[in-house]
Amino acid sequence: MTFMTKILGSAAAVALSAGAALADPALIYDLGGKFDKSFNEAAFNGATRWAEETGGSFRDIELQSEAQREQALRRFAEAGFNPVVTTGFSMSSPIASVAADYPDTKFVTIDGFVDPAEHPNVLSILFSEHEGSYLVGMMAAMASETDTVSFVGGMDIPLIRKFACGYAQGVKAVNPDATVIANMTGTTPAAWNDPVKGSELAKAQISQGSDVIFAAAGGTGLGVLQTAADEGKMAIGVDSNQNYLHPGSMLTSMLKRVDVAVYDSMTAGADLETGVKVLGLADEGVGYALDEHNESLVGAEMKAAVDEARQKIIDGEIMVHDYSADDSCPALDF
Amino acid sequence: MDYAFLLQVLDSTIRLSTPLLLACLAGLFSERSGIIDIGLEGKMLIAAFFSAAIAYSTGSVWMGLLAGIVSAMLLSAVHGLASITFHGNQLISGVALNFLASGLTVLIAQDWFGQGGRTPALLSGGRFSELTLPLAETLRPVPILGPLYAEVISGHSILVYVAFAMVPLTWWILYRTRFGLRLRAVGEAPEAVDTAGVSVAGLRYAAIAIAGVLCGLAGAYLATGLQAGFVREMSAGRGYIALAALIFAKWRPWYALYACLLFGFLQALSLRPDIVEAVLTVSVPVQLLDALPYILTVIILAGFIGKAIPPRAGGDPYIKER
Repeated sequence: MTFMTKILGSAAAVALSAGAALADPALIYDLGGKFDKSFNEAAFNGATRWAEETGGSFRDIELQSEAQREQALRRFAEAGFNPVVTTGFSMSSPIASVAADYPDTKFVTIDGFVDPAEHPNVLSILFSEHEGSYLVGMMAAMASETDTVSFVGGMDIPLIRKFACGYAQGVKAVNPDATVIANMTGTTPAAWNDPVKGSELAKAQISQGSDVIFAAAGGTGLGVLQTAADEGKMAIGVDSNQNYLHPGSMLTSMLKRVDVAVYDSMTAGADLETGVKVLGLADEGVGYALDEHNESLVGAEMKAAVDEARQKIIDGEIMVHDYSADDSCPALDF
Repeated sequence: MDYAFLLQVLDSTIRLSTPLLLACLAGLFSERSGIIDIGLEGKMLIAAFFSAAIAYSTGSVWMGLLAGIVSAMLLSAVHGLASITFHGNQLISGVALNFLASGLTVLIAQDWFGQGGRTPALLSGGRFSELTLPLAETLRPVPILGPLYAEVISGHSILVYVAFAMVPLTWWILYRTRFGLRLRAVGEAPEAVDTAGVSVAGLRYAAIAIAGVLCGLAGAYLATGLQAGFVREMSAGRGYIALAALIFAKWRPWYALYACLLFGFLQALSLRPDIVEAVLTVSVPVQLLDALPYILTVIILAGFIGKAIPPRAGGDPYIKER
């Protein structure tokens, strides 16, 4: 028994000292997985950039099921990692239930929201998706020859409506007479992984005259982009830069700089300022992608107009309506 | 609604019905032999993955198709081993196969391609191209029927025509051959078949092997016909809708065709809420259209439109009396 106590005691001491020595950050990916070519991979890239630049190291874990969320948070917090960065809106409620038990650990939820008054050690990072979508909407309207553009959303949730609403406002800003067709894939999580339905939606929209399609639909979006490429129409990707998927038919991608959010959080380390942070155009948190794959589609005129609008949004001259603010959209009916 | 809109919706209907039809016929063979097959979804999914992965590695869509069929047949064999040879519960075995396929595809895809559980996009040689049927363009000027032929009937991948040809073939096998008679008998009264000296297990294995081939075709159509690659969980519940269609069709081949076309038509309509609104003059929630196949199946099961009587021996393992 005494032997056992000794072992346990020394193990606890080791754990404590290890905890004290380690103030490394930790990163928890959402169910999409580390290499999803999109949201989570952007988080990994941000962390890698931080590690390369500072010579620091970080630990990460890919969640395999819903049940692991809280478990992973507790394990990282108990091992002394600080801050614990998480991706995906589904992490906000597990963080809310765990945060109070580890008051010295800082938690970061990217895309999620935890009330800062109740949990002072949590940073919620949100993005102004409507502003980025507004810019790609402008580009869509300028590139369209039929004056009809469209949007394919994944699961019908307020976040995706926020994308659609910003996009429609951007389109109408360039061409008030343009038609914007918006479809959602479904109302269950299966809507994120149904490329076949994405293709059919894209075909239906093309038959209604659309020649630029913005897909904010996860795996479903891959079907949309593929169909647009097959039918010789243009498409707009989302989250990460997806221009390389179909060079020549990808007009641009609406970027959501999850990597920047992760990089900044890790740079701040244990001194991270908590609360709620909204990353918009001014912080380069959202934007549009321009690279060698879409240079030929984005003319100088289009780039100038979009950059001007970007500056105006930052200066507050253009107000882009945020769907999630009042659950309504001036430019689009759902 | 003008004619062009209708043609577009019908065109979409054909594409969306095809995977349902193949899976539904697979379920029909299996259930007519007395083996309930919840695992249609999983077999479709694994076939979708292997057809895309092999088509990508070899550059040949036909090798991909073969790999898809073999993988679906392997899952069928596991189902058979559990439920025919070892008299296990068919529902549990089927559900297990669905989980297995869902996890296995992502795991292998990540290991092989490292792209977050999907395959790289297939190039043109790795995909089924759309066939233009003979005279499609010549007949186009013919009123009504010309555009119908050119737009709706022509211009699909070969698997679509295979799927539709499977319907009369299934009918012929089931109702006009000795094998079909025995297959139907083994689903109703396996002891009678056994008394006649025919192997119950053999017939059931044959039935689920056919089901594996059909699910393989369905999965390959999803990944290499409709899409250019595999995405995790891309079957998106089509195996379950096919099961609903099978009940709706009361386990008969021609009715299966009508049920799948109806369900496909409803799915195609949900893509065009504007048309539905224009025709009905009221706005119908898209969610209602998506849910209609299930609602219709429940109505059928409740006995409002005739009775759906499943094969009598369905779900029971056959144990020889000693």
